[in-house]
Amino acid sequence: MTPPGRHKGILRYSMWTRINHWLVAISFVLLVLSGLALFHPYFWSLTGLFGGPIPTRIIHPFIGLFMTVLFMIMAISFFKESLIKRHDIQWLKQIKDVLRNRDDRLPPVGKNNAGQKLVYWIMVLCVPLLLISGIMIWEPYFGDIMPVTLRRLGGVIHAYAAFLAILTLIIHIYSGIWVKGSIHAMVRGRVSRAWARHHHSLWYESEMQKKRRLDAITHPQQPPASGQEPR
Amino acid sequence: MRGDQINLQNIVARSASPAPSPQVRDGAVETVTKLIDVSRCIGCKACQVACSEWNDLRDDVGECVGVYDNPVDLTPNSWEVMRFNEYENEQGNLEWLIRKDNCMHCAEPGCLEACPAPGAIVQYANGIVDFNSEHCIGCGYCVAGCPFDIPRISKKDSKAYKCTLCSDRVFHGLEPACVKSCPTGSIMFGTREDMHELAETRTDYLKSRGYENAGVYDPEGVGGTNVIYVLQHADKPEIYSGLPKDPRISPMVEAWKGVTKPLMSAAIGLAALTGFFHYVAAGPKEVPPEEEEEMRAEEANEGLSRQDLNGQDRNGQGRPSDEEHRP
Repeated sequence: MTPPGRHKGILRYSMWTRINHWLVAISFVLLVLSGLALFHPYFWSLTGLFGGPIPTRIIHPFIGLFMTVLFMIMAISFFKESLIKRHDIQWLKQIKDVLRNRDDRLPPVGKNNAGQKLVYWIMVLCVPLLLISGIMIWEPYFGDIMPVTLRRLGGVIHAYAAFLAILTLIIHIYSGIWVKGSIHAMVRGRVSRAWARHHHSLWYESEMQKKRRLDAITHPQQPPASGQEPR
Repeated sequence: MRGDQINLQNIVARSASPAPSPQVRDGAVETVTKLIDVSRCIGCKACQVACSEWNDLRDDVGECVGVYDNPVDLTPNSWEVMRFNEYENEQGNLEWLIRKDNCMHCAEPGCLEACPAPGAIVQYANGIVDFNSEHCIGCGYCVAGCPFDIPRISKKDSKAYKCTLCSDRVFHGLEPACVKSCPTGSIMFGTREDMHELAETRTDYLKSRGYENAGVYDPEGVGGTNVIYVLQHADKPEIYSGLPKDPRISPMVEAWKGVTKPLMSAAIGLAALTGFFHYVAAGPKEVPPEEEEEMRAEEANEGLSRQDLNGQDRNGQGRPSDEEHRP
């Protein structure tokens, strides 16, 4: 049983969102490892992780299909909160402050900051490109019907889109390590109120409003709480 | 001409291998070349049969599609095909142009450039480009890399196949099987120098017979090929069933496999390092302790415990449904 204390904080990612995210993440990492192996001989030894070069070649596109489907589901559910707003532009202009951890100078942020939104949009661009170009070079299933020009185009697009996606992934993973509490948020779903207010104040305010409205409906005459000190 | 490329010191280029191949030898191994004199070919297909025979290949019996080309295209089991074209020349006369199509054994092979599997494609000192099926993973990149549309992937074992220039025969000082079988002397084999000399005499002869554009097909765009043609109309190689006029490795393949490949790999490594050093320099992004403190005070003020925030613990469930609070 989960002790009640584990549920402290505000829910940021629902269970299905988390599962979806991590399935995409695991598939993506596997795709990067197997794809890099076939991209440059520097990474050839990574084929060992997949049982050898031929299994790597076979399994890579299937993981790709799996990831694309799950990514699409995630992309749809994250669509609205990833639309870029005016305050996001200001945030981007102050990227130096972001990088130097001078958070007090930053404009208020919604559920996602501009960096997260860019990750979203880059991936929304890259994943379909990777899918289509991947099909264009998928042996043995599409080799016979693919004209050689499309194979070449597929190869070059796949490499460039993957490069962009991998760089984005590295930034994404690093951000998770850098911004304390965000990996925990995606693993367990919840963030502390202080975390929410610090990093995503607009989102925090709207959550608080929702909460107050909910309280007003469900507990119209709520007595003052015990005032117990949380941890 | 003696084919001692069986010696592993004579593999001069190897796919997906950044380290250079053995360099110590002095270049005594001469480059071999197969000369295909289209003007002497009668289209008997003895070379096709000899190729299948020697290489132990039996293609499926196909169907007649109304032309002499049989099979209609190269397959994993047919490493060469005769391509027949009925060409009407300037005088309005029919010329039957029959070209033996097979791997050209480029000096700068696009297949080798594109191949991601170390050692699956090799080039010997004598110029033969060979597929080492042991290392082939069946990705089909060689198909994309080849400017002549030669390699074919087998459905049987998902490996790429093409003409080996009978490297095994050449190892032992023999000519390729197709050369051996040709009844008209249309296919010749020898050192590159000898074959170019022979090609010159043939083009001179053709010119004297009125083929003023006769010439040798040895395209520079791929560094020259070790299979060369004598063509009656060397100014129009396309009329020989689409022989490319100026073949070169496609710019798309260059963009994919050229200098960008190590650059992108390095950029990926650098990106990861940059992250690490950013952390070392700037440190983690954390909620300042004052803000945590402040929030605690605020919560106490509002009379809210964190559990209350979720509206769950009051009803004693202790396990809030996530969905209920999904923003």
